[in-house]
Amino acid sequence: MSEINVTPLNESHKELGGNMVDFHGWEMPVIYEGIVAEHIRTRETVSLFDVSHMGEVIFEGKDALAAIQRITTNDVSSLAIGQVQYSAMLYENGTIVDDLTVYRLSEDRYQLCINSANKDKDVEWIRKNVNGDIKWKDISSEIGQIAIQGRNSDAILQTLTGYDLKEIKYYWCAETEIIGSPVIIARMGYTGEDGFEIFCQKSDTLKIWKKLLEKGKPYNIAPAGLGARDTLRLEMCYCLYGNDIDDEHNALESSLGWIVKMDASDFIGKNALLKAQNEGIKRRLTPFILEGKGVPRQGYKIFDESGEVEIGKVSSGTSSPSLKKGIGMGYVLTEYFKKGTKVTIEIRNKKVPAIVTRPPFVDVHK
Amino acid sequence: MSVPEGLKYTKDHEWLKVDGDVVTVGITDFAQNSLGDIVYVELPEVGDSVDAGDSIGNIESVKAVAELYCPISGEIVEINGDLEEQPELTNASPFDKGWMFKIKTDVANLENDELMDAKAYDALEK
Repeated sequence: MSEINVTPLNESHKELGGNMVDFHGWEMPVIYEGIVAEHIRTRETVSLFDVSHMGEVIFEGKDALAAIQRITTNDVSSLAIGQVQYSAMLYENGTIVDDLTVYRLSEDRYQLCINSANKDKDVEWIRKNVNGDIKWKDISSEIGQIAIQGRNSDAILQTLTGYDLKEIKYYWCAETEIIGSPVIIARMGYTGEDGFEIFCQKSDTLKIWKKLLEKGKPYNIAPAGLGARDTLRLEMCYCLYGNDIDDEHNALESSLGWIVKMDASDFIGKNALLKAQNEGIKRRLTPFILEGKGVPRQGYKIFDESGEVEIGKVSSGTSSPSLKKGIGMGYVLTEYFKKGTKVTIEIRNKKVPAIVTRPPFVDVHK
Repeated sequence: MSVPEGLKYTKDHEWLKVDGDVVTVGITDFAQNSLGDIVYVELPEVGDSVDAGDSIGNIESVKAVAELYCPISGEIVEINGDLEEQPELTNASPFDKGWMFKIKTDVANLENDELMDAKAYDALEK
């Protein structure tokens, strides 16, 4: 067995009381003081997340644009320098290798941020499918990543950088510095709140993390774990690879049509999606909210309103700390996908009523 | 981790408070802490006849679901209705306001080696 991976913040998590778990080969904090407390704090003020386990790949060269167009579904040519885009890499059959974000850093230089659990597979996929006048490099092991999330993120981070953060709009980024260390700051995140994802050198991660904790004190900043990260993202209906998207559902079934730009390029998987579209999409990923009591969880069966006909499966579920209701996402037969459709979720032999809805579950304070 | 004296404990991390032939049952501080934020407690119904070892309810937290086991045979005579609206009482006050149900039992059932005192439970490998 290989040794468990640790981020540059591992010791800090332990000092700060993080409850550490093995997350796909990484020792990560799942909970500090409690999922609900961390969740609510993120929604009301600000939290800090260690996301150093995420992978980063740099593409550079004349053909970088063409290469990324080929392996991702969104239209990379639409990106201005400094702009960020959510996208996905597909297999030939239209199912998903990984979801990712693409950062255009300069004329011919891009960064891809990929899921840690998929990193090796993604890098292998890139190796197989990228060619031309291009240099690409997996820099994951050199990079730390911190997410500051919540309405007070801007005020806190601004005290540590000379760059005017007002210049960075939602889903834009800048190569700049934080306390003199080189970073990429991107205004985005996995919580729905205003905030930033900071890419830095591995060796600078701890000092930036500590400075953010220090400067965030007036706003009651504290670190949050993977547990709150999951409930926050689910309230926004952001997909989690391995739960909501995978190599068994194609991108259109996964309701990611909005990041699939058929006209932009001949990306890998396009033909399969066109064929699927022609034949009709048979199942769709949808959010739903429980009307009865209980907590939907991954793998639970979804039935029609009568509880007689099985129509799908829950891909992610939780109890929403903001709404205090069971919420989830799942795949249902397309005829049950319409907003407002009444369905039931089987929770231990009981069929609990739920309603098909549209993202997100909560209004956030952007 | 709090383990009050004067209660009996099970290896399933439940506590029993004996008052004659009526036993109040809840989950321990260790159990509530392991589960984290409790959001829903599914309790048995008053009048249910239950056997020791039966799964008679569920405790849902944000991160997990745990079965609620019946530690002793008897009849459910009362449930904690406050948990319907405030399941988090079990996190805040596991040994008091967060109790789960009361069972009327045969006192002979209480002479049971499986039930531990506070000292034995505290020493239990958790």
